[in-house]
Amino acid sequence: MDLRSEQAVHIDRLRKVFRVGFWGRRVTAVDDLSLTVHRGEVFGFLGPNGAGKTTTLKILMGLIYPSSGTAWIMDRPIGDIHVKHQIGFLPESPYFYDYLTGEEFLRFYGQLFGLHGAALAARIDYLLQLVGLPHVRTLQLRKFSKGMLQRIGIAQALINDPHLVVLDEPMSGLDPVGRKEVRDLILRLKEEGKTIFFSSHILHDAELLCDRVSILVKGRIVAMGSVKDLVGHASASSVEVVVEGLGEEGVAHIQPMVERITAQGGRTLFVLKGQGQLNGVLDVIRAAKTTLISVTPHQSSLEDLFMKEVHEQGARSES
Amino acid sequence: MTRILSISLNTFRETLREKLLYNLLIFALLMIGSSILLSRLTLGDANRLILDLGLASINLFGVIIAIFVGIGLVSKEIDKKTIYTIVSKPVPRYEFLLGKYLGLCITLLVNAGIMVAGLLVVLHVMDVPIELVLFKSLLLIFMELLVITAVALLFSTFTSSTLSAIFSLAIYVIGHLSADLKTFGEKLDAISRGIANALYYLMPNLERFNLKGHVIHRLDIGMTDMALIICYGLAYTTLLLLTAAIIFQRRDFQ
Repeated sequence: MDLRSEQAVHIDRLRKVFRVGFWGRRVTAVDDLSLTVHRGEVFGFLGPNGAGKTTTLKILMGLIYPSSGTAWIMDRPIGDIHVKHQIGFLPESPYFYDYLTGEEFLRFYGQLFGLHGAALAARIDYLLQLVGLPHVRTLQLRKFSKGMLQRIGIAQALINDPHLVVLDEPMSGLDPVGRKEVRDLILRLKEEGKTIFFSSHILHDAELLCDRVSILVKGRIVAMGSVKDLVGHASASSVEVVVEGLGEEGVAHIQPMVERITAQGGRTLFVLKGQGQLNGVLDVIRAAKTTLISVTPHQSSLEDLFMKEVHEQGARSES
Repeated sequence: MTRILSISLNTFRETLREKLLYNLLIFALLMIGSSILLSRLTLGDANRLILDLGLASINLFGVIIAIFVGIGLVSKEIDKKTIYTIVSKPVPRYEFLLGKYLGLCITLLVNAGIMVAGLLVVLHVMDVPIELVLFKSLLLIFMELLVITAVALLFSTFTSSTLSAIFSLAIYVIGHLSADLKTFGEKLDAISRGIANALYYLMPNLERFNLKGHVIHRLDIGMTDMALIICYGLAYTTLLLLTAAIIFQRRDFQ
């Protein structure tokens, strides 16, 4: 295994066909998927439910076998037992051995990596502290809340101090505080130089965290790149201007320059197509000597792009 | 090896949480104890009844524990998705399987130990002479449990718990009647005899592990015979575990 390799994960034309039901009807879960995750980056694997995110991650972890295509983790083929020493994995909505206590649980996974004695004890201490659960050492997992389970799950994924951390929906089912904590944890891991590859359908988190993302719809990648590039491509940003007490004459002046006008209770909202018209609109407002309430540049978000791609794919498959 | 050991100890811990286990154990001890009462109602050889009932209880409850805990071993890990966290670690799948198997064997050993202790107490109280062949018989009962556990494990790698239970029980019953299978085949035409013979050799011959007759009639069994029977049991178990490992290696965890 080449730890200096620039590619943490490299997937080449991966395809997985499941046979379902009595007659073995074929369902394609992942279709011709290729992507590369570079070392040290946070990579978001986005897509609606059922897009094939979990299937792809399971293939990478050696839980299911691909129908065709190949994948490498740090230049080693997937399934290689040595490469698994460098990976940490948190499954989706994890279920754990609920009869174990927090400490027993981490000890068990540590032993699977051949850790033992003082080194393992120190690692457990560190991880319980890291995920903010130092008080649950002797508490059985069955008494954990969902957020606590998610955090102890992340701790078990980190027990071997992995180079690559793969997280399947790490934020799902968590409250805003829990999500913030997981986000902070991911950023901290990135600072330590780890590569993080996580799937999510919560776009806001991905936008805040990821260096790059790919959007998966129905088993195919429909967009990939840095968040900035993707969002920039999606649509030009618009600007919203709100004024108070602008007369009909002023509105008539502005009308040709804007996309949409909404008036309510003496205030008027103008939606501009882009930054270009802003000066012209402001000139009219200044000349009319009315009160400018706000000017808000409206960035198009990853969510807009996501909705657009999912929509387009849906329309394409229907036609 | 440490990985297999960690998994088997974790499995052992898991089975200790199983309520079914305690119910069965209590029931088995009650049955062994009830032979005291029954022997008072029996005309003739009371010792024989105590030994027979005691050994039969240990055998029967051991098999029930092996099957009903064994079928859940792997399928529960897949259903509860706990297996995801194990297989993604540097643990080859066969090690996981072997760990689970050994874990249940430890549970069975502890349970059988408790039942045997119960039987010895009863024998002592009733002044029944305890002979070496009794322990040989107990050893072979345990060997049978190892085979049955491997059968349950094999089925649980590819079917649901319910089907595994039915199949394993069927194999247990057939395994005790397999001698009849051969006798039956001899009375049929060539093709049917071939099928009956093939089944006879394919199914475990569990009657070989049954020394109750020897114990009751105080007949000892030679060391060579013992060794042969144990070798047969170990070979059959290895074959079952190997098949289970091959199936398990190839399956997808969806």
